[in-house]
Amino acid sequence: MPTKIEKDSLTGRDTTGHEWDGLKELNTPLPKWWLWTFYACIAFSAVWVVIYPSIPGWRGTSGWIAREAVVAEVAEANARNAPMMARLREATPAQIAADPEMRAFATAGGRVAFANNCAGCHGAGGQGAVGGFPSLADDDWLWGGTLEAIQHTIRHGIRSNESDDQRQSQMPRFGADGLLTAAQINDVAEHVLSFTGRATDQAAAGRGAPLYAEQCASCHGDRGEGNREFGAPRLTDQVWLYGGSKRDIVAMIGNARAGVMPAWGQGRLDPAIVNMLTVYVHSLGGGE
Amino acid sequence: MSNVEAPHRAKADRPAEAPVSAAAQPLYATRQKVYPKRVFGKVRSVKWAVLMLCLALYYLVPWLRWDRGPGMPDQAVLVDIANARLFFFWIEIWPQEIYFLTGALILGAFALFAVSSLFGRLWCGFTCPQTVWTDLFMFVERWIQGDRNARMKLDQGPRNANYWARKGLTHAVWLLIAAATGGAWVMYFADAPTVTMEILTGAASIQIYFFFALFAGFTYLLAGWAREQVCTYMCPWPRFQAAMLDENSLVVTYRDWRGEPRGKAKAEGVGDCVDCFACVHVCPTGIDIRDGQQLECIGCGLCVDACDSVMAKLGRPKGLIAFETLKNLSASAAATAGMAPGPERQKAGMAARHMPRFIRPRTMMYGGAIAVVALAMLGAFLLRSTLDVTVLRDRAPLFVRLSDGAIRNGYTVKIVNKRREDTPLVLDLRAPEGFRMVVQDAEHDPQGRPLLARRADAISQYRVLLTAPAGARLAESTPVTFRLLEPNGREAASQSSAFLGPRP
Repeated sequence: MPTKIEKDSLTGRDTTGHEWDGLKELNTPLPKWWLWTFYACIAFSAVWVVIYPSIPGWRGTSGWIAREAVVAEVAEANARNAPMMARLREATPAQIAADPEMRAFATAGGRVAFANNCAGCHGAGGQGAVGGFPSLADDDWLWGGTLEAIQHTIRHGIRSNESDDQRQSQMPRFGADGLLTAAQINDVAEHVLSFTGRATDQAAAGRGAPLYAEQCASCHGDRGEGNREFGAPRLTDQVWLYGGSKRDIVAMIGNARAGVMPAWGQGRLDPAIVNMLTVYVHSLGGGE
Repeated sequence: MSNVEAPHRAKADRPAEAPVSAAAQPLYATRQKVYPKRVFGKVRSVKWAVLMLCLALYYLVPWLRWDRGPGMPDQAVLVDIANARLFFFWIEIWPQEIYFLTGALILGAFALFAVSSLFGRLWCGFTCPQTVWTDLFMFVERWIQGDRNARMKLDQGPRNANYWARKGLTHAVWLLIAAATGGAWVMYFADAPTVTMEILTGAASIQIYFFFALFAGFTYLLAGWAREQVCTYMCPWPRFQAAMLDENSLVVTYRDWRGEPRGKAKAEGVGDCVDCFACVHVCPTGIDIRDGQQLECIGCGLCVDACDSVMAKLGRPKGLIAFETLKNLSASAAATAGMAPGPERQKAGMAARHMPRFIRPRTMMYGGAIAVVALAMLGAFLLRSTLDVTVLRDRAPLFVRLSDGAIRNGYTVKIVNKRREDTPLVLDLRAPEGFRMVVQDAEHDPQGRPLLARRADAISQYRVLLTAPAGARLAESTPVTFRLLEPNGREAASQSSAFLGPRP
């Protein structure tokens, strides 16, 4: 409580009685309407508390819940998109790509679906990652880069045993299962390196040639050109899924690895979204 | 007015350091209703003219038409929120150019500072919407309920049919004006004739009705009820404009050296102020200008008119209350110190005055700031491009190694076309020999260069892939430039970017 209310000599008005190092404050009364505005705000907040879900457990008399509002908005957006989604569901990826309106919608929606479902392995821009996550932006495809091939891969997956039409192949573990000796694996690896002109031991590469023809050529091709039917990578280019050094190649022959991708079309994603993803992935730069 | 040392304070001769009293001022003040009296004179005429100009601009501008061609709004001034465009006659502002609006606001602020330091509270007294609409509402009130005395009598008198009829009519007219005001506000954001019909037929959207009601409601509340309370208690501007005012600013002032001591017109030995309270009665904020400079004074100068007409009746020189600088006021006071009231004192005081110093560091700085901002805005406006190209390089992946070892970068090219033309543009690349450019979904001209369609008054977007040949000796970053060429080969816009490759 102020104790020393005094008259200010200059203005003749009361002070509040507060003093800070000789500075005194004039008592300028607040207008009453302002005080009432303050009380009105308090009353308003009481009403607010009753109407809205202001306390945990209290749903409010208005029935408005932020979560439900979002759900309603999402439903509304889905309803708005429903005709276009129906068209995307019926159309083939080629038809979508040829229609500017469907293509624009599919690319925009595909970008979001890709970020939600695919980017975890394939990277934000489809750049992939060394160690078995293929790049979708380059011109090298294991199972094919046409719209139809991409759609099939997304729909049925790879080695995930969720679809009868899945992409399926398995490279034998030549070392771990004793199919080839360590020396033979070294020779085959040198032969594989020779496809890209990197063999350092021509004698070993020569020894590897018949082994390669016998064990590998059926899938990877006589000259390492690969085979998309089996998802067998091309061995003549500069894109190596599990690394292209001799050490990597030896490790791969000895103890083969293979990636797995879910079958997104088997109850995971709407067929329309699979089509959108197909068109989007095709547009990343490697589409054929 | 904290930094202004008022030379005279009538209140100063009150007792100092009075003892603590039980009857100390209360913490909350009851509002004293102000009944401003009608006034005639030069300032009032100027105020009427400014009021009519401001209101005419506000209400009529949305109805001005401006032909922009088919498919475009034909309203001269329009804030098109849905399409993110701001139309001002021949100027069309995109959201990216909102700095023009910022610049206009900065210009307005500095103009306000400059005017305040030169002429005092001209903004508050003449052009502030609060003042303009309050003036209009007071005019209605006076027209229906009569002048000051009649209104006071009505308020103190019985609550009879006459009372309710006059009050009811007043509020009805106020609400009508308020509705027109709220309606005009909405018209700046939607086609005026259409939105007017929609509002009248109940077909407008809930947002339109909300803003219509918001502005109508606050016009009624602020101009009808709150009035001077807004200036005194709500508005921050009176508080900090003291920083713009100094002893050379023209402010509404009572020439105390001439008026004091106050007394009856025929009394001997008194000054020119006859203490008739005409200045107090006309004041829209209910203050006494003779108390000196005060926060509540909005500088409207109505007391100047009121006092002048009294002085004219008494046959005394006008200007007892006037737009005057505090410097002149001190000079006059000093020149007349100790002189007896009378024509001699009046002459000596007026002779001591000087032309107000308009050119001073403060006003020069405000003027300079205005010039700099105005020139910058003019420059930006004249150099404003109507066709832009922006190039966004892909960040993920930074680059793609193709199967033959070539390196590829992806770009998103956006054509910002503020024109109505939609002829396609040729995309031309400035890059080292051998770089290949592919634009997805683009046609090509006879020379094989990509043709990019541009939509009129919109942004068109393309994905461009740039490939450096296999085996090329690439730096980690190679500068490249994308150019958009008109069909005649003239460069319409260009944007440089970088081509990234692996660390060499």
